[in-house]
Amino acid sequence: MKLRRTMLFMPGNNPGMLQTADTFGADSVIFDLEDAVALTEKDAARILVTEAMRTMNYGETEVVIRINPLSSPFAMTDIDKMARLKPDAILLPKATPEDMEILKKELERIEKEEGFESGTIKVHALVETAYGVETVYETIKSSNRIQAVLLGGEDLAADLAVKRTKDSEELFYARTKVVNACKALKVDAIDTPFTDTNDYEGLAGDSRKAKMLGFSGKLAINPRQIDTIHEVYSPTKQEINNALRVMAAKEEAEKEGLGVFSLDGKMVDLPIINRAIQTLEIAEMIGLLD
Amino acid sequence: MTINKPAKCGTLESNDIFVMLTPSENGISIELESVVEKQFGNHIKMVIEEKLKDMGITSVLVKAQDKGALDYTIKARIEGAVKRGC
Amino acid sequence: MKNILEREIPEFIEGYGNVKQYKGYLSNKDGVIKKDFKFKTISAQDSKLHTDLNKLMDKLPLKDGMVVSFHHHLRNGDFVLNMVMEEIEKRGYKNITIAASSIFPCHKGLVKMIEDKVVTQIYAAYISGPVAEAISQGKLERPAIMHTHGGRARIFESGERTIDVAFMAAPTSDEYGNINGVDGKSACGALGYAHTDAELANIVVAITDNLVEYPNTTIEINQTLVDYVLVVDAIGNPKGIVSGTTQITKNPIGLKVADLTAKFIEESGYLKNGMSFQTGAGGISLAVAAQLKNIMKRKEICGSFASGGITGYIVDMYKEGLFKALFDVQCFDLDAIKSAKENPAHITMSASMYANANNKGAVVNKLDVVILGATEIDTNFNVNVTTGSNGVIMGGSGGHSDTAAGSKLCIIVSQLVNSRISVVKDKVTTLTTPGETVDILVTERGIAINPLRKDLLEKFKDSKLPLKTIEELREIARNMTGQENEIEFEDEIVAVVEYRDGTVVDTIKKVK
Repeated sequence: MKLRRTMLFMPGNNPGMLQTADTFGADSVIFDLEDAVALTEKDAARILVTEAMRTMNYGETEVVIRINPLSSPFAMTDIDKMARLKPDAILLPKATPEDMEILKKELERIEKEEGFESGTIKVHALVETAYGVETVYETIKSSNRIQAVLLGGEDLAADLAVKRTKDSEELFYARTKVVNACKALKVDAIDTPFTDTNDYEGLAGDSRKAKMLGFSGKLAINPRQIDTIHEVYSPTKQEINNALRVMAAKEEAEKEGLGVFSLDGKMVDLPIINRAIQTLEIAEMIGLLD
Repeated sequence: MTINKPAKCGTLESNDIFVMLTPSENGISIELESVVEKQFGNHIKMVIEEKLKDMGITSVLVKAQDKGALDYTIKARIEGAVKRGC
Repeated sequence: MKNILEREIPEFIEGYGNVKQYKGYLSNKDGVIKKDFKFKTISAQDSKLHTDLNKLMDKLPLKDGMVVSFHHHLRNGDFVLNMVMEEIEKRGYKNITIAASSIFPCHKGLVKMIEDKVVTQIYAAYISGPVAEAISQGKLERPAIMHTHGGRARIFESGERTIDVAFMAAPTSDEYGNINGVDGKSACGALGYAHTDAELANIVVAITDNLVEYPNTTIEINQTLVDYVLVVDAIGNPKGIVSGTTQITKNPIGLKVADLTAKFIEESGYLKNGMSFQTGAGGISLAVAAQLKNIMKRKEICGSFASGGITGYIVDMYKEGLFKALFDVQCFDLDAIKSAKENPAHITMSASMYANANNKGAVVNKLDVVILGATEIDTNFNVNVTTGSNGVIMGGSGGHSDTAAGSKLCIIVSQLVNSRISVVKDKVTTLTTPGETVDILVTERGIAINPLRKDLLEKFKDSKLPLKTIEELREIARNMTGQENEIEFEDEIVAVVEYRDGTVVDTIKKVK
């Protein structure tokens, strides 16, 4: 299981950021060749990211590269150059099932050419159009390469012709639809960024709302947002203690040959046990278990 | 490869290097202005020259304004400029 | 010969004299006699007030080779030093020694005076701009003496040197020399450094652009110390006076460093009720103060005092009830000046009270935590804040060595690598503050604890913070930047770095 509490966007044409990407503590970094790079600099950004990835060691941080949308003149060259670097994943913007078909074929071709094992290069899908939301299940189903779906709320709100607000009510359908599809097909659901970088309370509130709906992480557009988001998506001391108690009670029950058992007067069934296991897994990855 | 037209790549931001290539007949010539001239000046020129040679360029005038770019950035910006200038 | 800090220091330096070698930061424990002071008797009929610089200068016992002093509370907006030195130059004096607590770019007129040997020696705690470059280029006849803020008080209180005439900028004064720094169009706040000039110079000239009716009712320096009061149109440029203001850094890497620092302090055991705290005015240091404010509020911690160099950010912390008092040697911005004027718990302190190693107890001795910057730090935790990475003078200890020596926890905050320059070096280009007084280095790539602090190593052994050895940080930096060429210097010594006790910790050579 990969921890993706935060995924931090980094402008692909900025050396200062590329060489410090792993110092901010984000679980994943996304080197952006799309929105953060001017049209005249797409070629320069591609080369810079290539050289950075060949030179820098990003440690445990997941490295994702956001290519340009397939509708742009840059995408095919992006895929051709970036896939060969074997990033942890390629992030496909404006993701749809049709675009995934094209991307799949390209990645297969490149893997063959480079002698990589088939399926090595993973994909993250950025769903940010009405059509993309409607077809998210098909998008994910189209390929085993997809490990995560990210929600792009800004572009989506524009496509829906609605105002983008802080409380994000306009994204409710998209959020729940994406989460559902992700859970059905067992991939990560990552929530849209919170764009007011000075409002930490708003960020925490938005992150909590998304967590409640089933997202396991959130996109970040500024390193300052990382601590706040991590606090929301990390299990609390209480949650960890409860999980430990559930597992301890389960062991007890098994010793006594009992199939079902109760804790604090409530029956503990499989969903609760699975949730406890997952909580402890995450806690261990973050280093919260002594 | 030869440079056919002037080309530039990079920015004047910290940690970056701004390079301008101009076609020339007199071999590789590098004019460098760097914020770390004393500490890395010679090394930076060497990295530029090696990258150009790697790309098959034997003759070009390079004007570079360096704001403390690491080697990988220097190579990337030279490559960018060469490809733009061919 | 190499001193105990492994710096090459001769026994005698031409233009400076015999060298007192550094023997450790606590080594000079002998008492020192304070210098004799000669008061004068004036009659009730004598007037101190002058409005013509010329006429006043005619009265003063000026001579070749004299020592004149200035304080730097008007920072890069100061007019006084230039005004006075131009007059001294006009009158044909030579070989003047300037004891300015700091020198800024606005003092560039001194460069020509240095070249013409009007000025042949300089004492300062901080030098930046064209004068610093000129000294690095070897233009000053005698080696400059770069002391600490506390060191300036020590030098003149002990009588090691004597100031012949002090020219003291006075934002507000009455005709008899009762002075404050909080009123007037050129207000600068606390006058901490000026106390040395007022108390120890043979002749003290107050220069003001805001003459008030006698008596001035707000007094920081009183009439018994002042010989003359000169009224001029302007003693400084208000915009330049508050030019010491820095903003909290917006650089995400700097913010990361600040974040790690605040977390370190929280875990260190020093964050508790009654704690005392000081930060430098750098962008990252101020970000640490901001983070610490949040933590203190969250944990409902009330400190005893914050000291400095006071900025509006520290004043805010006081206003939020996080400190009982502020000790202030100089104000960096208008908020600090206002607080100094209005708030009785905002206490101005002289440079001596702040940081002199040779009195019955300086405020730095009561400091728990201090956050400082560095241009370089080496694997022995020695710190350079005097020269830049190109070997040219661009600063000086100021209160760096003083606070490092007095505080219980001294933390250096810096980006590890910026613009291909690593802050961690094998050996610093210039040694300002000895490593035995520096405890922690915090960078975006990890935190290093000085091995001398076995107590902290023990306390943090199970910490989840990214702890590294300073050698590891050096390697990480070297892998990113490559191995740099060493800066080359000539043999000529252009400046002497004096520790707070008057020993020499390092020398600065002429740049090639």
